[in-house]
Amino acid sequence: MILASALLFVGFLAAWQWMPALFGIPAFIIPSVGTVWDEFLRMLGHDRLVFHTAITAMQVGIGFILGVLLGIVCGFALGLSPSAEFVLSPYILALQIAPKVAFAPLFIIWFGYTVYPKILVCILIVFFPIMINVLGAVRALDPDIVRLARAFTASRVQVFWKIELPAAMPPLFAGLRIAATLAVIGVLVGELVGGNIGLGYLLAFGEGAGNTAMVFVTIILLTLIGIVLYGLVVLVEGRVLHYLPARARLAT
Amino acid sequence: MSTMAARLEFRDVTKRFADPRAGAVVAVEGVSLNVSDGEVVSLIGPSGCGKSTLLNMGAGLDPPNSGEVLVDGERVGGPSRHVAFMLQKDLLLPWRTIVENVELGQEILGVPRRDRRRRALDLLAKCRLPDFIDHYPHQLSGGMRQRAALARTLAVDPSVLLMDEPFSALDAQTKMVLQQDLGRTLADTGKTALFITHDLVEAVALSDRILVMSPRPGRIIREIVVAIPDRDNPMKRRQHPNVGAYVVELMNLLQIEQAAA
Repeated sequence: MILASALLFVGFLAAWQWMPALFGIPAFIIPSVGTVWDEFLRMLGHDRLVFHTAITAMQVGIGFILGVLLGIVCGFALGLSPSAEFVLSPYILALQIAPKVAFAPLFIIWFGYTVYPKILVCILIVFFPIMINVLGAVRALDPDIVRLARAFTASRVQVFWKIELPAAMPPLFAGLRIAATLAVIGVLVGELVGGNIGLGYLLAFGEGAGNTAMVFVTIILLTLIGIVLYGLVVLVEGRVLHYLPARARLAT
Repeated sequence: MSTMAARLEFRDVTKRFADPRAGAVVAVEGVSLNVSDGEVVSLIGPSGCGKSTLLNMGAGLDPPNSGEVLVDGERVGGPSRHVAFMLQKDLLLPWRTIVENVELGQEILGVPRRDRRRRALDLLAKCRLPDFIDHYPHQLSGGMRQRAALARTLAVDPSVLLMDEPFSALDAQTKMVLQQDLGRTLADTGKTALFITHDLVEAVALSDRILVMSPRPGRIIREIVVAIPDRDNPMKRRQHPNVGAYVVELMNLLQIEQAAA
């Protein structure tokens, strides 16, 4: 399995290196893997690539954590208070349907070319899958389990910590997986709309300069940031949801 | 009815529920019953006759509209550590191991970790689950899970056990084994129990007395004293020649034959 996986990767790199030339595709459409690697090394030296990558990664990390915390808090608040959900649900639905990336220009008007608009778009886009999953988990909890805890004289706080919070963990992690893939999009859109820092800025710059290899490098780095975040979620999930039967766990 | 020191007592209890279509539905009406110390009493009646409502009121989860419920002579005003209930669903928490599930009630009551672990292990041994303490619920069969639920109920050392069809989801053979476990455990520990069931033979095999309820609004229409020895041995009791007569009496009271005709 691992061997097949490694072979496929080598085959993919080889195809990327030689296929475009074989089919007569010019380098400004698909640069070869060698060209992209050279561009990567050039950007490391001349374009402060590490700095821009770190800025984007930092915004993704902060936006993700804040969005997740906000989503968890709102999910529980609405889940435990049916009247609050009833009153707020039209607004939540509207905000959920609204394309979150459209808020990027607005946030730039509000906060200027700083890191804040990017983090805000990220929070907004991460928030929904988390909130919806936590809300659903609270609603789906068997009321008899809560009755059992109450019959054991559990207080409201005990019911939350011993029953409701742990019961919400599997859906929460399903939401975290989705949110991890969305977090990078949120920050990237913010960076594309305005500013002169982050991988989104380098991406826009590479496009303007017709430097396809530069665009490739930034896409790959953005993907790597997403993979690291997703990997962290999977790692934590493995520790928290260790009790689930193997068939209920996702392989990746 | 017995006037001995009652562990659990319902005094003229009535419970109504609001129903959007019918207005108010009377679930149980004027129910009085008492269960003495160490006694096992079964409640039997048609579906929807308010048996579970009585149990909820006994557990302090739902107050009666009139009348009162007393445990050890004290009025039940809310959930109490002296009453524990067990349902048809085992309600084991999937993220806790079996021993941690058994400890849940004691944990809520603030029993120190070492004490509650010792008691949980002791009960799991009695419930014949000592090899499964560190397993998760999904790794156990339905019968084993229900035994773990019984251990969890006993772990808080309640004076009254309220059981709502605890074995009705099990297959016939597992059910008989668990009835035997329960009969023994109740006799060994001298616990008082109010037991809801639809299984007429189960009621006869496990109880000292059987209370028969009418269709809604639920009222107690008959009290039957089960005069068969060996209440601590339901398996043996099942084979007693008088079981059939009790079952026939219950069938007549519940009008089961008429319903089938």
